Amino acid sequence: MLRSALLLGLGRGPLGRGLSTHRGGSTLDWERKVSEIKKKIQSILPGGAWDPLYNTSYLPPEHADVVIVGGGVLGLSVAYWLKKLEKPRGAIRVLVVERDHTYSRASTVLSVGGIRQQFSVPENVQLSLFSVDFLRNINEYLAVVDDPPLDIQFNPSGYLLLASEKGAAIMENNVKVQRQEGAKVCLMSPEQLRNKFPWINTEGVALASYGFVSSSHHMETMSGEEVNLKRIHEVHVKIDQSLEYQPVECAIVINAAGAWSGQVAELAGIGKGPPGTLQGTKLPVELRKRYVYLWHCPQGPGLETPFVIDPSGTYFRREGLGQNYLGGCSPTEEEEPDPGNLEVDHDFFQDKVWPTLAQRVPAFESLKVRSAWAGYYDYNTFDQNGVVGPHPLVLNMYFATGFSGHGLQQAPAVGRAVAEMVLEGHFKTINLSSFLFSRFYLGEKVQERNII
Amino acid sequence: MAAPRASLHLVARVWNGGTRGIRGPSRVLAPEGNQKEGRSLLRFLADRFHDVEVLRDYLLRKQVMKVNQKNRPFIYIKQRYGPYVAGAYFILKQGGAVRFQGKEWIRPNQRGHFSLDFLKLQAVPVEAVDASGCAINYQGLDSLLALKELQSLWLQHCPHVDDWCLSRLHPLASSLQELSLAGCPRISERGLACLHHLWNLRRLDISDLPAVSNPGLTRILVEEMLPNCEVLGADWAQGLKLGPEEQSRDPASPMPA
Repeated sequence: MLRSALLLGLGRGPLGRGLSTHRGGSTLDWERKVSEIKKKIQSILPGGAWDPLYNTSYLPPEHADVVIVGGGVLGLSVAYWLKKLEKPRGAIRVLVVERDHTYSRASTVLSVGGIRQQFSVPENVQLSLFSVDFLRNINEYLAVVDDPPLDIQFNPSGYLLLASEKGAAIMENNVKVQRQEGAKVCLMSPEQLRNKFPWINTEGVALASYGFVSSSHHMETMSGEEVNLKRIHEVHVKIDQSLEYQPVECAIVINAAGAWSGQVAELAGIGKGPPGTLQGTKLPVELRKRYVYLWHCPQGPGLETPFVIDPSGTYFRREGLGQNYLGGCSPTEEEEPDPGNLEVDHDFFQDKVWPTLAQRVPAFESLKVRSAWAGYYDYNTFDQNGVVGPHPLVLNMYFATGFSGHGLQQAPAVGRAVAEMVLEGHFKTINLSSFLFSRFYLGEKVQERNII
Repeated sequence: MAAPRASLHLVARVWNGGTRGIRGPSRVLAPEGNQKEGRSLLRFLADRFHDVEVLRDYLLRKQVMKVNQKNRPFIYIKQRYGPYVAGAYFILKQGGAVRFQGKEWIRPNQRGHFSLDFLKLQAVPVEAVDASGCAINYQGLDSLLALKELQSLWLQHCPHVDDWCLSRLHPLASSLQELSLAGCPRISERGLACLHHLWNLRRLDISDLPAVSNPGLTRILVEEMLPNCEVLGADWAQGLKLGPEEQSRDPASPMPA
C-alpha cells in the first residue's frame, strides 16, 4: 500500500516532486488508511457490537440429556413418563422441540378422538387398555395441585364394528384375541343389533362386535458383516422466523414428529445407503391427509350412539347433546388426496361418505354438514402400525411414531414403553419388540386386520 | 437444601421476569380473592420449599389412598362366603344398607357397627343396595357387580361415582330395575349415555346432577334412549325458560319444539 502510493507519487511526471508534500493534501492518504484499519479491527472482534451480556433466555439450553423432536401427544407422553420414571428426582433433562406452538397442523388436535380395544395385534390391545386406564385416572397422573380437576370429556359409549360376510371370520378371530388380552367385547348378530340400535340398517352386516370401554393397569403379553454405527451429537434447534439456531448437545434423540418423522429421520441420515441394506432402509412414515366432517341431523341416532365403523371403512360418532355427529372415511390408495395443504374436499363427502352413511343409518339421508377439517396421519406405509424403539445403526435415535391414525389412543402407553426403553435399556411392562425398526429391513410385517 | 434453592428461585424469577419467549405464564400467580388464606399460604410455602411441597403431596396422596382402601376387594370373604355376602359386607362397611331377598334392610348403626347375621345367607341373593353417600369408586364396583340379581341400586350423593363407573354397570343389565343417581357431582350426560345397556330399567332418578350441562334436554334424550323406563329428574322445562341474557350465553341449547 505504501509502496504503490510512493510509486504513484514518484511516477507522476511533471507533477511528481518525490516525497515532498503538496500544498493542500498529503499523498500518504491517512484518512483512508485509518478507516480501513478500523474496519479490519471490527471484523476481528466477535458480534460486532461489544455486548457480552446479551439475553439468551428465549433460546433452548445448550445441553440436554434427551431431545424429543415433536411436541404432539406422543412426544409429550414420552417426556412425561421420562420424568415420572427417572430414579433420582431431577436426574434427566428433557427438551421437547415443537415447531408450531399453535398446533395448527398437528395430528393430535385434529383427530376424531376415538379410543378402542378392538385390534388384532395383542400388543395394540394392551396399549389401548393401559391408555384407557391412564385417561380414567388422569387426575392422579396429571392434576396440578391447586387447579380444578381435569375433565377430558370422555364419552364411554364404546365402539361398534360391523363386518360383512367376508370379514366375519376375521372379526371372530380378532374378538378371541381381544378377550384373551382382557378387553370386554361382545359379538352381536344382525337381529340383536337391530334390537339394540333400531336406527341401524343391518343389510350386508353379518356380524358386529361391540366393545365396552375396558381398562387394565398392567401391560403384559403372554412371549455378523461390518456396519457403520453413528451417533447424534448435537441437535440444531432453529428459532422460529429467524436464522438463529442453538446447537443442543444431547445424549438421546426421540423422533416423535408424527407425520413428518420420515423427514426428521432423513436429517439423521437414516435411509442413505444402497437400497436393500440396513443403511438404506428408510423410515416408511409419510404424510397422509384425512378429512373429518361435522354434520347435524335432527332425527339421527340417540344418546346411546357408540363409535360406529362400517365394513366399507366409513365411521361416525355422536358429539354432545345437540344431534351433531363427527365422521369420515379413509380413502383408498388411488384416491389419496394431496397432502401438501390442509384444504378440505367437500365433494369427497358427497360422493364417498354420505352414500355409505345413508345406507347404514337411514336417518342420515337428511343431514347438513356444519363444518369440516383435515388432518394428517403419520401413515406407516409398511404395515400401518407404530415404530417404537432405537434404530439399529444410529445408536441414539429412538422412534415413537408411525401409528397411522391410532397414535392418540396409544400415546400414554407408548410413552411409558419408550421411557422404559430409554431409562432401562429394555421394555419392562410391555414387550414391543415386534414394533422395532428392524422389521422394515427384515420384512416382518405386523399387520393389523382392520384399520380405519 | 431448601434455603439456597429458594433464593435461586427468587433470583431466577426476577431475571426472567422481563422476558417473554417460550415460557408460559408463571405458575405462581397472585391468589384470587376467594381462596382461603391458609390455602394460599401453603401454596406460597410449597412453591418456595421442597419439603413443604413433598408434605403437601403426601397429604393429598393419603386422601386418595384412604378412598382406595375403602374400595379394596374382600377376596377372602368372597371365597369363603360367596359373592352375595362379600358384596353386602362391602356396602355395610362403607356405611350403606343392604336388603337380601325376602329379608329386611340391614343398616349399620350410628357408630358404623352392624351385626354379622347375614354371613349365614350365602345362597340368598341381594336385591337392593342403598349406597347413598358412600365413597364407592370404579374399583369398588367390582364387589357390586358380583351381585347378579340386584334389582335396585341407589347411588345418591356418592362423591366418587363418575361416568366411568356408569360405563361399568352393564353386567347388571338383566336384573337392575331401579337406579338412582341423584346428586352425584361427577356424573355428566356422557355417562348417562352408557345406561342404554340397562334394558330392564324401570325407574331412573337423574335429578340434581350439577355436572350435566343441559338437564332438561338430557332428560328428554335419556327418555328417548330408554323407552320403558320412568325417568325422574330435571324438570323438562328447566332448559326452556331462558331469559334473553342467558339465551345469548348458551347458543348450544335447542329452540323449544
